Amino acid sequence: MHITDILVTGEPIIYGAMVSMALGGLAILFVLTYFKKWKWLWREWLTSVDHKKIGVMYILSALLMLFRGGVDAMMMRVQLAFPDLGFLNSQHYNEIFTTHGTIMIIFMAMPFLIGLMNIIVPLQIGARDFAFPYLNALSFWSFFFGMALFNISFVIGGSPDAGWTSYTPLSGAAMSPGPGQNFYLMGLQLSGIGTLATGINLMVTILKMRAPGMKLFHMPIFTWSTLVTCFIIVFAFPILTVALALLTIDRIFGAQFFTLTGEGLPMMWANLFWMWGHPEVYIVILPAFGIFSEVIATFAKKRLFGYNVMVWSMIVIALLSFLVWVHHFFTMGAGAFVNSVFSVSTMLIAVPTGVKIFNWLATLYKSKIEFTVPMLWSLAFIPSFILGGVTGVMLGMAAADYQFHNSYFLIAHFHYVLIAGTVFACFAGLVFWYPKMFGHKMNERLGRWAFWLFFFGFHVCFFPQYFLGLDGMPRRLFITNVAEWLPLNVISTVGAVGMALGFVVFVYNVYYSFRYSERETTGDSWNGNGRTLEWATTTPVPYYNFATVPYVDEIDPYVRMKEEGKTTFEEDEVKPIHMPSYTGQPFIFMALLGLASFGLIFEWMYLAVFGLIGGVVMMIRRSFDYDDGYYVSVEEIKETEKKARGL
Amino acid sequence: MAAEELKTGPLEYRTQEGQMSIMGFWIFLGAEVVLFATLFATYAVLFGRTADAPLPSELFEPGIVLIMTFLLLTSSFTCGLAIHEMRRGSVKGLIFWMVITLALGLGFLGFEIYEFVHYAHEGATLQSSAFWSAFFVLAGTHGLHVTLGIGWAILLLIQIKQRGLTNVTSRKFFIISLYWHFLDVIWIFIFTSVYLIGMVI
Amino acid sequence: MKAKHLRNRWLGLLPLSLIFFLSGCGQLEMTVLNPKGPVAQSQYDLIVYSLWFMLGIIVVVFALFTYMIIKYRENRPGRKESDYDPNLHGNTTIEIIWTIIPVIIVILLSIPTVTTLFDLEKPPVPAAGEEEKEPLVVYATTADWKWFFSYPEQDIETVNYLHIPADRPIEFRLSSADSMSALWIPALGGQKYNMAGMMTTLYLEADEEGVYDGRNSNFNGEGFAAQTFKVYAESEEEFNAWAEEISNEAPELTAERYDELLAPGLTDVQSYSNTHLDYVKHHTREGMGYVVEKYREQFKEKLHLYEIEEQESFQ
Ligand code: HEM
Ligand SMILES: [Cu+2]
Ligand SMILES: [Cu+2]
Repeated sequence: MHITDILVTGEPIIYGAMVSMALGGLAILFVLTYFKKWKWLWREWLTSVDHKKIGVMYILSALLMLFRGGVDAMMMRVQLAFPDLGFLNSQHYNEIFTTHGTIMIIFMAMPFLIGLMNIIVPLQIGARDFAFPYLNALSFWSFFFGMALFNISFVIGGSPDAGWTSYTPLSGAAMSPGPGQNFYLMGLQLSGIGTLATGINLMVTILKMRAPGMKLFHMPIFTWSTLVTCFIIVFAFPILTVALALLTIDRIFGAQFFTLTGEGLPMMWANLFWMWGHPEVYIVILPAFGIFSEVIATFAKKRLFGYNVMVWSMIVIALLSFLVWVHHFFTMGAGAFVNSVFSVSTMLIAVPTGVKIFNWLATLYKSKIEFTVPMLWSLAFIPSFILGGVTGVMLGMAAADYQFHNSYFLIAHFHYVLIAGTVFACFAGLVFWYPKMFGHKMNERLGRWAFWLFFFGFHVCFFPQYFLGLDGMPRRLFITNVAEWLPLNVISTVGAVGMALGFVVFVYNVYYSFRYSERETTGDSWNGNGRTLEWATTTPVPYYNFATVPYVDEIDPYVRMKEEGKTTFEEDEVKPIHMPSYTGQPFIFMALLGLASFGLIFEWMYLAVFGLIGGVVMMIRRSFDYDDGYYVSVEEIKETEKKARGL
Repeated sequence: MAAEELKTGPLEYRTQEGQMSIMGFWIFLGAEVVLFATLFATYAVLFGRTADAPLPSELFEPGIVLIMTFLLLTSSFTCGLAIHEMRRGSVKGLIFWMVITLALGLGFLGFEIYEFVHYAHEGATLQSSAFWSAFFVLAGTHGLHVTLGIGWAILLLIQIKQRGLTNVTSRKFFIISLYWHFLDVIWIFIFTSVYLIGMVI
Repeated sequence: MKAKHLRNRWLGLLPLSLIFFLSGCGQLEMTVLNPKGPVAQSQYDLIVYSLWFMLGIIVVVFALFTYMIIKYRENRPGRKESDYDPNLHGNTTIEIIWTIIPVIIVILLSIPTVTTLFDLEKPPVPAAGEEEKEPLVVYATTADWKWFFSYPEQDIETVNYLHIPADRPIEFRLSSADSMSALWIPALGGQKYNMAGMMTTLYLEADEEGVYDGRNSNFNGEGFAAQTFKVYAESEEEFNAWAEEISNEAPELTAERYDELLAPGLTDVQSYSNTHLDYVKHHTREGMGYVVEKYREQFKEKLHLYEIEEQESFQ
């Protein structure tokens, strides 16, 4: 393929995107050069293995992707509310809903949550860093290059257009020729490696690096949710890896797994995809549950109600999540018996979920609720998520699902759980832990504006969609061509505008708070209401996290520490701290694999082989790497802590 | 990252770092089990979908596969001996048995490649049909793992030459032995559920 | 604290609006909630049955939620000392209760779900006092982005429209020549997939004469939005007369003509005096690759449907 063939041309939107990407890129290059920040960028960020910095990079990327996915969403909403404008044609719309869905789940929700886990989990358990800091950096860069790869498809080569579920045979080589679908496969594959590595990394971190005395059932609930999520990641992601690999081999090397020729079996894709896909939706909701639990307990100023039940319900949800995948295609005709079994298993998931809801409500009982912004997001979650949960149960009733499936009813369901669950949690968590990350809080007034706009926008946008579904409007339809469907679609678009405004205010708040917010002086940012160890460190957190790690033998250890006047700086207990060295290897390694993937996407095998060989060389280099870090001296620790604590 | 070091017990378990690496690798093997399980499931589902290509029973021959199985099983045993020598503190013994392990692994690979080429000549390739795609990808993924294992072990052999037995080198050898035994177990499943069943049906 | 009051009021409105929408007192007449046949009816019954439970759950949770955030907000005037108990962290009895109740609800929802599922695999049972009729067999085959309805008994075939006798079960035999699609006529009942290399069976029945909308509901590429059809449910006599007329007057569907029709793209409504069933069997392993092999090149072309709403075939 010649280079001029691969640029997508002929559409104003695409030219617009190209121009804005190019301008944005140039602007970044200019700023970095003008302020002589290249060195800084490389030394402080690109080579960092510090879990806090990596977490920040995850969250920034996720916000960027929330923007990109949001732009996709707004374009779809405009098209559906004003079908006569001819704003998007069918092909365009198909590309946009595909990238919207993929980006929101894979490149927004997951990295956002993984970013929060990165920053918070080691702090909650009293660890220095991850078990494998190098691997952590590797995970981030694999996600980053996977994301970059997926996003450039818009201007180079063409976007995938077979839905985020990428069903075969539609997504096979015969019916979707060209690089678009390959972008989907390789982008997900590359970032999936990183997700799996993070799952293993966090699991070992949590199992092996807890503060002395801290038993599993003393861990903060967010850490618990992370542990359970990692379990799901480790057992679900390899399935995705295989599914993507098989489809890639089909498309690029002519195998016959999912084809219509050679007696292939397209249905198998749906099975493999959802065997990963359903656990995946729980990967993005369990950490959200963890965040809500932390925030609600903190601002209710009360211990979480039913801690043990909360933990066990997550474990049960995780196990059940592997046993329900068929509910995504009840209509495949597997027969009444199979559908019955999966109907019941699906509805059973609602039991532990319901139990959690009641536990949150009981946490509020006899509490002192303070309506801070993170608390608003968390409280709003409860009634909103319920609407998604009960409709989930309705979808789980297979006989009824024959009517709901593939309709806007389904769209409404999963946006109710994903937005009111995951997205609300991302906002709640970000605002809640923001002072830990950046040393100042986000402005409360702007935060409320963002919240209310987003909250109302969300309900106005998605509530009507239940009724569109009941009126027979199918999902993935590029044009509102039945008159009765138009009014509700217009309402829905109005709501979407509200959400977009909320997002804009949120982003503006980042800037505003950076300029004007008071700098934190204590580590316990929320009026001294912190309950877990992350609040015991100073703010911003020193790179070694804890000068001395306290002994922990209960839930919410920081509450008692404060009563007893203990800190994470017991001057006479300070010992030198072992820290990993920064390294540029993960960045280079993943950049090379990104290059290899790019080669595969366009079937430029020389480039692919070159990138792969580069990757192998990096692995060899790593194998011979015996750098085992350095020690932070006692003096340095004492000096840092004294300065931060104003002693 | 605790720097404290235990004074007793196997070298590879003495530092926290060593313990964590080994635990991490066990979890990774858990993920690998899922990966292969998915491939096995795919193979089982696509069994019988041979289209116009030859049937497995026409191509699978007990001879070669038995030799391959013998080679790999023996290599697993010699790999165990290598770790045994390592525990005894003998670098020489470790290197000796590890080299034998690799030689056996290479033999296995050689036969596998020969076998694949042979099938291709008979008209069964990755592209022939769903069944053959599944076969080549399942067996091929295992073969690729063996190849990577051999490359990795060579790197470790160089390192042990350079550094002798330390916490780190012994940990690395211990981990690769886990990996090697794991591949052996996978092969046993491939041998029984792919070759034996394929020959009969 | 003004914001919070506003919020409570709004939250209260949510379940209200649900009831409002569903009771049909809005102008909305939602297709799925206006069943026109026994299959859609049984699904409607199931949906409404489940809705009562869901409403119950919503009401309970919303009520508790509202109570908590009003009663236990920090600066409520007149808070008492006893309104705060920071160490309250569990109560086994109540936890058991709120685990058992959802389990019971799940059981109560499972029973009708399972029975309905088994019923849907058989032709709908006639209403009391009516005679049982043999189902009419219709092969519904999709090819990007068209519908072929073959009536083997009548030996006729239609493209992109469907006639059925009312009050008689229809046995759809679903299959696809290429991408996966789904037959959905919401007024008559839920959908099922059409897949190449497979045949699935879907029973539907209209108990009211009329014209209904049917479509492919499973996204399958560029022409997806246009893959719709009208369903004409008429009396047995009218249906027979129509079939007779097609059989006598419509042209023959030759193998060549059928091949042309299979090429990816759109067509208008058509009728033929024989079926394609003898030419290719898309639901078999031998026949499933027929179209992709024949039209590999055409699948690469784009339709670019800007003005799709002006298409004739599109209602
Ligand atoms: C109360 C628990 C839940 C139940 C019973 C449930 C049930 C279902 C069912 C049966 C479907 C398939 C419907 C169909 O395709 O016809 C579905 C789709 C979906 N659910 Fe849920 N769900 C629950 C919670 C969640 C949660 C917590 C999430 C994510 C945060 C989620 C995300 C999704 C997504 C993304 C889809 C649609 C995927 C697609 O087809 O593109 N669900 N749910
Ligand atoms: Cu969306
Ligand atoms: Cu699911």
